[in-house]
Amino acid sequence: MDIVRRIEQTMMREDLPSVDVGDTVRVKWRFNEKDRSGEEKSRVQAFEGIIIAKKGTGISESILVRKISSGIGVEKSFPIHSPNLVGLEIVTKGKVRRAKLYYLRDKKHLVVKKRSRF
Amino acid sequence: MKGIGLLGRKIGMSRFIDDKGIFTPVTLIKAGPNYVVNVRKEDNGLESVAMGFEVVKEKALNKPKLGALKKAGVPPVRFVKEFRYPGISEQFQVGQEVNVTDVFQDGELVDVIGVSRGRGFAGGVRRWGFAGGPKTHGSRGWHRRIGSIGNRTYPGEVKPGKKMPGQYGNEQVTVRNLKIVKIIPEQNIIAVKGSVPGSKNGFVLVRKAYGLGPQGRSE
Repeated sequence: MDIVRRIEQTMMREDLPSVDVGDTVRVKWRFNEKDRSGEEKSRVQAFEGIIIAKKGTGISESILVRKISSGIGVEKSFPIHSPNLVGLEIVTKGKVRRAKLYYLRDKKHLVVKKRSRF
Repeated sequence: MKGIGLLGRKIGMSRFIDDKGIFTPVTLIKAGPNYVVNVRKEDNGLESVAMGFEVVKEKALNKPKLGALKKAGVPPVRFVKEFRYPGISEQFQVGQEVNVTDVFQDGELVDVIGVSRGRGFAGGVRRWGFAGGPKTHGSRGWHRRIGSIGNRTYPGEVKPGKKMPGQYGNEQVTVRNLKIVKIIPEQNIIAVKGSVPGSKNGFVLVRKAYGLGPQGRSE
């Protein structure tokens, strides 16, 4: 294994479940921001949707999650090795036949086959 | 101490995340172990330390080089470079092994010198960012040309230094004031913020940044 990968591995997170494209996941993301008095605050927001793409390798790996929020499609990209990712849980496993589900952008409802458990 | 540095090889680029989740682009450089091949202090004020890097088989070097290295008591090394700066000669002895932590610290600024990737004989569009001509709209045979290179009878010449096609890349490039993000002492690896000239596995020289001179200009 090359040196870059080995160094990245020391910083990568291992506490996360392995997710695949097509899975419906619930991502809890921590936002660090300042309130009016300038005090540092952080809050956690959950985002639930289907993973439509995985990008990058190693420490740069990220997932693209899409959901329909009050009729409007919303996509968010999360670098999965970021410490701001507080939680990542799988709601349902999906069964898909492609690596990028960009075709879901043209659909009004996000439908992905569920993977039957064994 | 300013001016001192190490020789190394560029490993590649990566990203580091801090605890706030901010990504920093870094270049990893394997810089060591280096060996002090020569230390000079001349009467006219010239002071220098010559470093050697990358141990090779003896038969890879010619006899004059091998002899000089044997005299210094260091293993046969492929690269030898001299660092010159006033007052540099005091800290080092010939034959000494120098590791990354002996020279650099986290957060320090460094200059990195390398040989940029060669692009061969490149045209004006690639080499200088010229716009070229339109691809369509009736343009025939005038797509990537450089355009006019001067005026008419006056001045009657092409100005020296006019940007034209030619060799691009494969030249020495210095990038100044890169910050050391992290040092990995066990493997003699430096991670500097940003990019560094040259290809992966290319030879680079990392030295402490000369920084700003008395007038605020680079020395």
